[in-house]
Amino acid sequence: MSGCKPNKAPVAGASSKKIKIAVDPVTRIEGHLKVEVEVKNGKVIDAKCIGGMYRGFENILVGRDPRDASQLTQRICGVCPTAHATASVLALDDAFGVKVSTNGRIARNLILGANFLQSHILHFYHLAALDYVKGPDTAPFIPRYENADLLTDRIKDPTKAAAVNTYGLDQYLKALEIRRVCHEMVALLGGKMPHVQGLVAGGTTEAPSQEKIAKYYARFKDVSKFIVDEYLPLIYTLGSVYPDMFEIGAGYKNCVAWGVFPLSDDNPLDLLLKRGAYIDGKDVVVDPKLIKEYVGHSWFNQSKSGLNFAEGETIPDVHKADAYSFIKASRYNDKACEVGPLARMWVQNAEFSPVGKKMLKDLYKIDATHIRDLGDKAFSIMGRHVARAEEAYLVANAIEGWLKEIKPGESTYTPYKMAETAQGLGMTEAPRGALLHYIDVKDTKISNYQIVSATLWNANPMDDMGQRGPIEECLIGIPVPDVKNPVNVGRLIRAFDP
Amino acid sequence: MGLNRREFVKLCSGTVAGLGISQVFNPKVIQAMQEGAKKAPVIWIQGQGCTGCSVSLLNSVHPEIKKVLLDVISLEYHPTVMAAEGDLALNHMYEVAEKFEGKFFLIVEGAIPTKEDGRFCIVGEKDGKEITMLDLALELGRKSLATVAVGTCAAYGGIPAGAGNVTGAKGVKDVFTANGLKDKLVVNVPGCPPHPDWMIGTLLAAWQYALGKGPLPELDDAGRPTLFFGENIHEHCPFLEKFDNEEFAETFMDKDKCRYQIGCKGPDAYADCYKRRWNNGMNWCIENALCIGCVEPGFPDKMSPFYEEG
Repeated sequence: MSGCKPNKAPVAGASSKKIKIAVDPVTRIEGHLKVEVEVKNGKVIDAKCIGGMYRGFENILVGRDPRDASQLTQRICGVCPTAHATASVLALDDAFGVKVSTNGRIARNLILGANFLQSHILHFYHLAALDYVKGPDTAPFIPRYENADLLTDRIKDPTKAAAVNTYGLDQYLKALEIRRVCHEMVALLGGKMPHVQGLVAGGTTEAPSQEKIAKYYARFKDVSKFIVDEYLPLIYTLGSVYPDMFEIGAGYKNCVAWGVFPLSDDNPLDLLLKRGAYIDGKDVVVDPKLIKEYVGHSWFNQSKSGLNFAEGETIPDVHKADAYSFIKASRYNDKACEVGPLARMWVQNAEFSPVGKKMLKDLYKIDATHIRDLGDKAFSIMGRHVARAEEAYLVANAIEGWLKEIKPGESTYTPYKMAETAQGLGMTEAPRGALLHYIDVKDTKISNYQIVSATLWNANPMDDMGQRGPIEECLIGIPVPDVKNPVNVGRLIRAFDP
Repeated sequence: MGLNRREFVKLCSGTVAGLGISQVFNPKVIQAMQEGAKKAPVIWIQGQGCTGCSVSLLNSVHPEIKKVLLDVISLEYHPTVMAAEGDLALNHMYEVAEKFEGKFFLIVEGAIPTKEDGRFCIVGEKDGKEITMLDLALELGRKSLATVAVGTCAAYGGIPAGAGNVTGAKGVKDVFTANGLKDKLVVNVPGCPPHPDWMIGTLLAAWQYALGKGPLPELDDAGRPTLFFGENIHEHCPFLEKFDNEEFAETFMDKDKCRYQIGCKGPDAYADCYKRRWNNGMNWCIENALCIGCVEPGFPDKMSPFYEEG
């Protein structure tokens, strides 16, 4: 560990009394979230994660043309619409027995991959970074917590502090351009972004021209350079100023990943980021039948609790006693599991980038070649940021390969016939975690559509068995030395990119 | 400071040269901006949205979002990007609304659920009491100079208001009208999401009006600036000739033909995507696939099924 010690914060919150704090809204996430924590002796002893907004896509989809699903479900999220479109078209492909062509598969990977890069960069810089970097003294960078424990507070030497902060802030601004460029990459094959036209059952809608591939590649080079030269080094540098962030936020240390980016036309489990689960210290083969959604503490009709998505029903009940969230508590084999870059990288024990290996050695004196070499440090606030940055590098490398494989002008679309009655399952990954869509078609219309999204796994409330959700569990033990400035609570939540 | 003339021209005319500036943009406004006029104070709140409109805004090229945030608008409240959280953020929002009463722009992203007293969307908590999107939109709408509803959800209800919804999702204008704010100025910038140019351009046009330096931008019956939403997509589509000659695509791969028979809703849609294109000119919906009419009040129900002829 490097020698940057945090300045001691005033112990305004280290009372032996229980103090309840609510943060609503939690900002710098996508959507709406509230968190309630009880703090005693400067540490969190209980936590509730509250999803306070409901739209009801699962209600709205019923009765519609199945093909509309891939357009409608994208609007679940403006940061990861490509993930929802992917899950949807995989479910439709499954339902209608479509075999996507090689070029279609690669075009899909290029669309989804470019948005993975956008999302990770947006997340670290524009959502998470202000927890560590001091922005300019103008809206929206002010107001900020008075006692914010920023880089400029942690680094004692004011010249060094200013230099490191400027380093971070310059990248924040550069990253605004880089993520915009990522969206240009997505649009070249997807039509527009956010909310692409290009992903459909059967493949994609546009066989990319040589010109469009060249434009994608030119932009990709800039993005790739940014990841290697700026994003990765900043993450490791930041971690060396905040070494304590590697020691807090463990949670259950259970992960699930459905996997993403098919590498083969024939074997759907041949994926760049593999499908798997890691539960109670053991690697487990995924069985989708073991996925259940509990609503004991969620604002949904209790009679529909503990169901697999194939039987799932979504009937909101805002007056339900003991419920506190619109998020269903998804469980794998009744275990609360986290999802996201850490889960994916951990499940396959991904190799670190050369930058990562070097900086882990130089700054932290850690000899690590693969993510599991970090041990418990991976399951922490900073560990999750590291995993995300490393995953961006991994996906960028794969994109470079796909750009060589794609055949300009060759068809990316396989026509198919819609069945009148069918079921389909699409399992994939959004940048923030495992995502599945399930469709049930009767008489040519959607009769049931169930979405188990990434943030559902991470931000869910207590289940019927009294087990906390992953973020709630990770909050237990988080230091809150100053209840008026509970910076670590937001930091933990944002590490999950909800 | 602000936007220079060249940036303004690019904003209004898209990336296609030679289309000229709309008469809506008074040169005095450009001058005022160049002289470092005070930035427009903006409070941006989110209801039943997906943040896609905000993400689209970040994709602005002319002007770059960096410039928009630092030089053009004063984004006093925006849950997705602001540094503050919880009480700190909310208190600041209320302070700005108070200090700039009658002078700030309220931007609404996402639909507003009206059933169950608005409980399907809680946007914050103050003094232990939950704040619903419904109450907040009305309170801030009342105090605002004008409200800009960005995205089809905020403008007309959009997908959350689609058939089958149980939340009573509505657009801003409907909610204002039903709650005694019928005469409050609401400008709609629909799209799912809207093009960044449409959002920034409309905000600047509204600001010009607010400064007393020009007329209110002309709005159509759906409350949209005709500057961006006045042209029918179909009538300006590069494939119109193919339509006229009845050369219709049968699959997505028939790129040289009209997309009408595979579901294109261009004839029902009014926007300038055909010339502005998307994501810095990289592509646009019809070139890539087809139009689903996302800017229209009838989106999505009247545009469904997306892949069948209308």
